[in-house]
Amino acid sequence: MIISLVVTLKKSVLDPQGKTIQSTLNNMGYKSLSNLRQGKYFTIELNETDKSKAENIVKEMCEKLLVNQVIEDYKIDSIK
Amino acid sequence: MNSSIIVFPGSNCDRDMQVALEKLQFKNTMVWHKDSVLPKSDLIVIPGGFSYGDYLRSGAIASKSNILKEVIKLANTGVPILGVCNGFQILIETGLLKGALLRNRSLKFISTDVFLKVENTENKFCSKLKKNQVIKLNIAHNEGNYFTDKEHLKEIENNGLVAFRYCDANGTVSEKTNINGSINSIAGIFNSNKNILGMMPHPERMINKDIHGDDGLSIFLSLIS
Repeated sequence: MIISLVVTLKKSVLDPQGKTIQSTLNNMGYKSLSNLRQGKYFTIELNETDKSKAENIVKEMCEKLLVNQVIEDYKIDSIK
Repeated sequence: MNSSIIVFPGSNCDRDMQVALEKLQFKNTMVWHKDSVLPKSDLIVIPGGFSYGDYLRSGAIASKSNILKEVIKLANTGVPILGVCNGFQILIETGLLKGALLRNRSLKFISTDVFLKVENTENKFCSKLKKNQVIKLNIAHNEGNYFTDKEHLKEIENNGLVAFRYCDANGTVSEKTNINGSINSIAGIFNSNKNILGMMPHPERMINKDIHGDDGLSIFLSLIS
């Protein structure tokens, strides 16, 4: 199975990189842009056929290594 | 006194740390991250550098190495652990210290001397310092912007677990002197037992009056007394 995972900074955490990208896009003329936050994207391939098992494995990976839950949230984007 | 310095691929302050410790007669051993046995140590140091190229998050990969399992075991028995710069980031990633080290507010790598206000001296690392004393050390980091949730912040502020704050030469702490944007200008923290100190500034770089200053020595002197 292939799992797509998105990790983003929590809303309460300042994202200076996102802010810099946002102000650059604003300067480039995208005046309607009101907020931008950046994150990380992982593609994880597992030798596993059970969807819920795969999901649990990825959740465990997130909690143990991939995500620092003090500052980051994660969301499984898709399981195929 | 026996000390161990943990070395990872990408550590680059390990030798400086050894020089500092040996200056104070520590018998030091360099311990490679793949080892699974630690020599008997009265102090374990996790040095600065860029372990694993800062992949994923600074310190995240190193925190899962073989030797860190041993360090965590000893940390929980009360052995003093000092983490400097990347070492602080690694301690955070192990969970031995709480919080996170975000990118500097300016988004720039900052390498400069800083003034620090000593916040707590009732611990093994700062007994030779005076409360509110101002010391000068050096920082060199990209991710040193300390952050933690409100609850933990309250806990460390109320229990004397903040070790140092960024300040000016007179000891005034303000947003102007908060060089990397850390919450409450925090430059270093203890765990609740105060046997673990994580700090972004480098005491090992200030051990000789003739080479830029020796304010860092007092931390190593405290450890040996």
